[in-house]
Amino acid sequence: MRLNLRIWRQAGIAHKGEMVEYRVDDVSPDMSFLEMLDVLNERLTLAGEDPIAFDHDCREGICGMCSLTIDGEPHGPQRSTTTCQLHMRHYRDGDTITVEPWRAKAFPVVKDLVVDRSAFDDIIASGGYISAPTGSAPDAHATPVAKADADAAFENAACIGCGACVAACPNGSAMLFTAAKVVHLNALPQGQPERRDRVLNMVDTMDDAGFGGCTLTGECATACPKGIPLESISTLNREYLKASLKRA
Amino acid sequence: MALDTRTKRPAKTSRAVPAALWRSTIGKKVIMSITGLIMIGYLVAHMAGNIKVFSGEEKFNSYAHWLRTFGEPVLPYEGFLWLMRVLLLVAVVAHIVSAVQLTRRAVKDRPRSRTGKPRGGGYVTFTMRSGGVILFLFIIWHILDLTTLTVNERAEVGNPYGNLVATFDTWYGNVIYIAALLALGYHLKHGIWAAAQTLGVGTTTRNRVFRPAAVLVALVITVGFVAVPIGVMTGVVS
Ligand code: HEM
Ligand code: SF4
Ligand code: FES
Repeated sequence: MRLNLRIWRQAGIAHKGEMVEYRVDDVSPDMSFLEMLDVLNERLTLAGEDPIAFDHDCREGICGMCSLTIDGEPHGPQRSTTTCQLHMRHYRDGDTITVEPWRAKAFPVVKDLVVDRSAFDDIIASGGYISAPTGSAPDAHATPVAKADADAAFENAACIGCGACVAACPNGSAMLFTAAKVVHLNALPQGQPERRDRVLNMVDTMDDAGFGGCTLTGECATACPKGIPLESISTLNREYLKASLKRA
Repeated sequence: MALDTRTKRPAKTSRAVPAALWRSTIGKKVIMSITGLIMIGYLVAHMAGNIKVFSGEEKFNSYAHWLRTFGEPVLPYEGFLWLMRVLLLVAVVAHIVSAVQLTRRAVKDRPRSRTGKPRGGGYVTFTMRSGGVILFLFIIWHILDLTTLTVNERAEVGNPYGNLVATFDTWYGNVIYIAALLALGYHLKHGIWAAAQTLGVGTTTRNRVFRPAAVLVALVITVGFVAVPIGVMTGVVS
């Protein structure tokens, strides 16, 4: 099939970007969205043009690198699907598709469709760890975990840190991401020693990075490819309030 | 041999709870939810009082008088009323200042999408923010109309019932009042549910109750208030 693409091109952080139109013929419905861009990039490279820069790594929906806003939706129209797992069979011959980078103040565009998500790394560094003794691995049953806690931790640990939640939010808020990380570790016995510092530090870092506040629109949870629930934000707020009151 | 296994971090500056809350985006929302709930509590009482117009002029005016003498002799005349006014003023100011600061933070330097399609979630942010502005203007108009009687053309001091009927005998009185109440209804529909999440009591199971409960409370408050202008318009109250 043939597709018309409108793609954001921007030479660098300090440059102004613009939408550029491309036509791609010979798109197979079995291709993934990124493979379709590979085909276009091969053509651009052969023609001596600058290929379109975009982030990707695993291409199997687990690493969180791919990050395209497709027709205004982070990770495109398929629910619970990363861009790399979006296949061209969801499009029809002759479709026009608009591709943009994540749009958020805290995620500046590095080049074309690549944004700088190191603000997420800062949030992780400020609390996304546990203290564990070194030495041989402990027995698997040494620390029992209640089933409900294990489920909550697992559900939130599914976050791949892609940033679609921020891109989808009208306020550019990172609450769903931060909530997923805090709930994951605070639910587990291994996360208890740093429980209070974790939530306070991660929220402080999130605020300092320039993300907006949360108005609970729920767009984040709709866009999230890993189904992190909106309720995690309520849990984050609870953890934050409890820790704040004890900080006094 | 390395003596340190981790880099030294600057000691955390600890702040008092209110200052720390005021600094953070979550803390500002907590302030908004608590002040919002205070205002809702007031609105429920206010609405229940308003419904007394349907019991006639005498009952309504004596209720208004009772509000002024409530708590005497422990409180001075109008003492209770002034306590409520100060509490509400603090709540309204804290609510609005937080809302304005969070809104500016969210929209400042926000990069625009080029698809021409608005971002999702605009419905909530739009109704909350524009509804808030409408409510703010309404609160000012409402005080000038029925408390200070500045803009109420046929007002008499000491006759709240007559002043209320005078307001809803004008078309603009009805339009302003009903428009503001619709804005209030939408504000509370999201606000009550949001406050539960902000205060951290929302869970998957409880939210199945909180969502419809928020709609119900918003509806009851809106309908309860709208009943008064409708009553005057239809001649039930005159
Ligand atoms: C007077 C002008 C007002 C302004 C400018 C205003 C503005 C706002 C804004 C922008 C929000 C944030 C929406 C969000 O983050 O989800 C909000 C939330 C809220 N408002 Fe108001 N509002 C006003 C009056 C009121 C009144 C009169 C009430 C109650 C009777 C009220 C109750 C609430 C509640 C309960 C919330 C939810 C707090 C939360 O998100 O946790 N507001 N308001
Ligand atoms: S919460 Fe979801 S959308 Fe946000 S970073 Fe994690 S996986 Fe991506
Ligand atoms: S490339 Fe790894 S999740 Fe898409």
